[in-house]
Amino acid sequence: MGCPAWSAPQNLPNKRHMTQSTAQFVNIGERTNITGSAAFKKLIVEGDYAKAVEVARQQVENGAQVIDVNMDEGLLDSKLAMRTFLRLIAAEPDIARVPVMIDSSKWDVIEEGLKNVQGKAIVNSISMKEGEEPFLEQARAALSYGAAVVVMAFDETGQAETAQRKFEICQRAYNLLTQKIGFPPEDIIFDPNIFAVATGIEEHNNYAVEFIEGVRRIKAELPWCRTSGGLSNVSFSFRGNEPVRRAMHSVFLYHAIPAGLDMAIVNAGQLDIYDDIEPELRELVEDVILNRREDATERLLDIAERYRGQKGAEKKKDLSWREKPVNDRLAHALVHGVTEFIVEDTEEARQQAERPLHVIEGPLMAGMNIVGDLFGSGKMFLPQVVKSARVMKAAVAHLLPFMEKEKEETGMVGKSNGKVLMATVKGDVHDIGKNIVGVVLQCNGYEVVDLGVMVPSETILETAANENCDIIGLSGLITPSLDEMINVAAEMQRKGMTQPLLIGGATTSPAHTAVKIEPAFNQGPVVHVLDASRAVGVVTSLISNDTRPAYWEETKAKYQKLRDSRSGGPAKTRVPLADARKLAAKDDWAAYQPPRPTFLGLKNIEFDLADLARYIDWTPYFASWDLAGRYPQILEDDVVGEAARTLWQDTQVMLQQLIGEQWLKPKGVVGFWPANSDVDDIAVWTDETASEERASFFTLRQQMEKSNDKPHFALSDFLKPKGAGVDYLGGFCVTAGEGEAERSKAFIAAGDDYSSIMVKALADRFAEAAAERLHEMVRRELWAYAPNEALDNEALISEKYQGIRPAPGYPCQPDHTEKETLFRLLEAEDRCGVALTTSYAMTPAASVSGLYFSHPDAVYFAVGRIAKDQVEDYAKRKGWDINTAEKWLRPILSE
Amino acid sequence: MTDRTNRIAALKQAAKDRVLVFDGSWGVMIQRKRLAEQDFRGDRFANHPVEMKGNNDILCITRPDIIEELHNAYYAAGADISETNTFSATMIAMDDYKLDQQAVWDINLEGARIGRRVADEWTAKEPHKPRFLAGSIGPLNKMLSMSSDVNDPGARLVDFDEVYQAYRHQVAALYEGGVDLYLIETITDTLNCKAALKAIMDLESEGQEKLPIWISGTITDRSGRTLSGQTAEAFWNSVKHAKPFAIGFNCALGADLMRPHIAELARVADTLVAAHPNAGLPNEMGDYDEQPHETAHAVAEWAEKGLVNILGGCCGTTPEHIACIAQSLEGVKPRQIPNRPKALRLSGLEPFELA
Repeated sequence: MGCPAWSAPQNLPNKRHMTQSTAQFVNIGERTNITGSAAFKKLIVEGDYAKAVEVARQQVENGAQVIDVNMDEGLLDSKLAMRTFLRLIAAEPDIARVPVMIDSSKWDVIEEGLKNVQGKAIVNSISMKEGEEPFLEQARAALSYGAAVVVMAFDETGQAETAQRKFEICQRAYNLLTQKIGFPPEDIIFDPNIFAVATGIEEHNNYAVEFIEGVRRIKAELPWCRTSGGLSNVSFSFRGNEPVRRAMHSVFLYHAIPAGLDMAIVNAGQLDIYDDIEPELRELVEDVILNRREDATERLLDIAERYRGQKGAEKKKDLSWREKPVNDRLAHALVHGVTEFIVEDTEEARQQAERPLHVIEGPLMAGMNIVGDLFGSGKMFLPQVVKSARVMKAAVAHLLPFMEKEKEETGMVGKSNGKVLMATVKGDVHDIGKNIVGVVLQCNGYEVVDLGVMVPSETILETAANENCDIIGLSGLITPSLDEMINVAAEMQRKGMTQPLLIGGATTSPAHTAVKIEPAFNQGPVVHVLDASRAVGVVTSLISNDTRPAYWEETKAKYQKLRDSRSGGPAKTRVPLADARKLAAKDDWAAYQPPRPTFLGLKNIEFDLADLARYIDWTPYFASWDLAGRYPQILEDDVVGEAARTLWQDTQVMLQQLIGEQWLKPKGVVGFWPANSDVDDIAVWTDETASEERASFFTLRQQMEKSNDKPHFALSDFLKPKGAGVDYLGGFCVTAGEGEAERSKAFIAAGDDYSSIMVKALADRFAEAAAERLHEMVRRELWAYAPNEALDNEALISEKYQGIRPAPGYPCQPDHTEKETLFRLLEAEDRCGVALTTSYAMTPAASVSGLYFSHPDAVYFAVGRIAKDQVEDYAKRKGWDINTAEKWLRPILSE
Repeated sequence: MTDRTNRIAALKQAAKDRVLVFDGSWGVMIQRKRLAEQDFRGDRFANHPVEMKGNNDILCITRPDIIEELHNAYYAAGADISETNTFSATMIAMDDYKLDQQAVWDINLEGARIGRRVADEWTAKEPHKPRFLAGSIGPLNKMLSMSSDVNDPGARLVDFDEVYQAYRHQVAALYEGGVDLYLIETITDTLNCKAALKAIMDLESEGQEKLPIWISGTITDRSGRTLSGQTAEAFWNSVKHAKPFAIGFNCALGADLMRPHIAELARVADTLVAAHPNAGLPNEMGDYDEQPHETAHAVAEWAEKGLVNILGGCCGTTPEHIACIAQSLEGVKPRQIPNRPKALRLSGLEPFELA
């Protein structure tokens, strides 16, 4: 099929063309190969190992899953160079995490390499060139060092050229290895020799075909083995002509990978996307690679000169799609997210159309349908769809004035597939997910009425009625929003509304929807929507009168089941609060000397964006775009890698601009106070005499049953008890929200939801990064209990530091209302402009707050469900009635 | 068939039938004897130029009675396998005590002979429960993957060949002394372990009888990695070429903190899984407070969940701990070895799999 390429990943031909078995192609970085990289060779020959190590780091950062290390150079002591380099990269966790391919034509260099890697490496290569005995000798040695091997299709008589001989040699080697010395077949990688084609010598013309066919046969008949090859050989006769070489490499892989090629040593920058190769060149290259016609070489030579000199790095933009009819151009622009020509194309389409609306209903919707289909079938991902939406909006924006005019003149109006109201509920300010769903729905022809954030139920209900909305969608991220959603559902019931109600957002779940929300509203369907990709399907099913009844029944049945399964099981037993307290985490408090912070009271902190950027944890960023996977591996993911890379590139561009133009003003406040625990509470003192209480924090204690007498934690356990000498508590609030709202609004106004969502997601990351950075400052300088700590970002992300920074509303203390005390002590609103909503969400949303504990045994834990006795006790301590306590503690109440 | 071949067959059969019990700490038990310098020196090292106190391994030569007593105590407690008192008996580790090659050889040889004798006595007494002897091969104080100089990440105090030779010497002596299996334990650096494995594999390809190998790494702290930085699965990928009889973890952590890593091995390793955790974490005085029933309670749960095939103790555990463990394992089925699909599995610090 001729799917166009959505974007421009630099490293592989378009994977969507390949079969399932090839979904795992391994790209082996060749830049730490002296024979493959002149720059690397220079560094090694000159002894600049520090820079050479950086080359390795870049390769891994760019997604190399294995790094090839080759030190074959006549002027060098290759053994020494191999040893030195491998020992140096062993000291770099972000390089050493990937396996090494030890590459040399000399066995003693390979062996030296094997003596210096703790992981399981690949030996590249051994062969039967010198006969069976030396071959088995080396294989045995590789096995005793615990390495996989690359075996060249090379025997006593020479290198195999035909598919038949390639197979025969590999089969012989395979049998020897597996039968004679018990070499694991899955650790054998055959390299059946990639030779140059189009050399002018007729016998060479079929070399690529022979390789591909050889690979196919090897994979089919030699179970569990793998295949590899050195890609650059194939284009050797075009050296100096990078564009042609790159095209040859891409076309070669395009055909070799489906045949079973598992890995190749490649210069990742030297590959084009198959679909991006100019069609004429691609066809001629294909003729050569597949040896499709006798004059293939001459024909390629004829046009090759035209490409010579096009700098490898500057990829030529393919504008051939501009020559197509306007409707095709619109579809292309939508699918590829190209805004460059959209206004002129839309205008051209408008002039041809009877009414401006027909442009939307015709070619634009047709294009968006393609996008919808590709998205639905998993071939496009959210960031790409949002980019498409940006193009769509630009087109619609161009048409709107014409439609308004037409409306004035004729009174005609357009119709949409349906109208969906979207809102983040009262007390909550998080809207990235909601905005994404809105965009996706718009892409599919639905009209979206977006009421924004912190929307009271009255507004939602009124708007739904006044605007004739077909569906109501509620979103929320913090736990109190769950209650607010129940409230909206109950109000809909009371007002006799019948629209379907959709529930989405991070804390929502099918279980909560089934158990708490659906019982509150039975006049219309209630459906939990897991993520944006499901939204269209759900909305489509619910809007049509034909499908709604069946879909509703199905959902109702599912939720009934969920309710049954939850009520059925025996209630988990809880330990009585009094007993749990006896099992609190204890320390020898008399002997414990708490570290004193360098100051008491408050301090304002300003952050530098460039500095903070280094502290960003990118994995949640991708998650906010519904791209699942850990950064940086996600960039090479087989399924979402392409989308992730494009998003990453776009993000880096915005990040540069964001930092350069200082779009955000991250800042915060940090405070330290004398404090002591008082059973499950924390007394904050006016001064270190610990005589006058200034404020109290209330904490919750774990009541789940535990084995091994493990402690039943409460946050108060990490402070010295009252009377045992004064201890200290810290608190902080940071925000990256200042500046974010105006930016994201400006993008929305310009019809660019993609950038709007991106700036919001980035602000969130900066807020988290600020929290990470400030905590580090606290540990090293401000509280200074770990002055010599040196952790990299990965270690920080995995919380390998002493002390914790739990936030109210999170598992250590699920009660959001505790933020009020924290904010009062921190003067957070005055000092950094962060306020609390009625549900105790922080606004602006890109903010983080929490307490600091310094005790070495302080750990993050989850309070889990608590029993009635603690609810009553907690209510008494906080001065609440039981209903209030149950309201705020609902998510952790024992059922 | 040699006696040893029969014993190995019996060991493999026993591992199919039940969760095997391994012994506990040697250090703690020897410490309790409050030995004097003279005990360590004996007659043979009476005039040795450096202090010998603390060189527990030398007791194989100078106080064989104590070593015998401890093997007896552990076998009596119900251990199926006890290990030789040769944890540090390599040329490299013994360099601290200025011992020559012959002395190091003799520690291993005598250590193995004592253990062999005691194990055989127990087997004769209780033929239904044969006892086995593992040759303890400990880590070195010098590492191949870690720099010895903070200012030079490439610096090493030893190279692969030296480590290989040191282990080869130890393995040959343990073999001669009559061990039933090798236990490479408390592995902090996988490359050191790979040198030991190569030594064993080379000796065997040169004709020495093949013995089961038990590889036991050490996850050093909450980071969940070995000292040299590998995750559990990466560690397994790095050593599985030796086709070990068992893979496991020991030392550094108590049972609670070790559990997730054992569970990980149980998932990835298509061989027996072993664990000998410490008796919890040491208190401020360096002593271990975890009581026998506590350790047994924790590890018995692993056995019941089908995570392990061999269980014992490391620092701080005593014959009482082992007796409790043995008791709690009665009637518990051993872990079934999973059938993992073949795949190219490599590793750096982290695992890599080409599925």
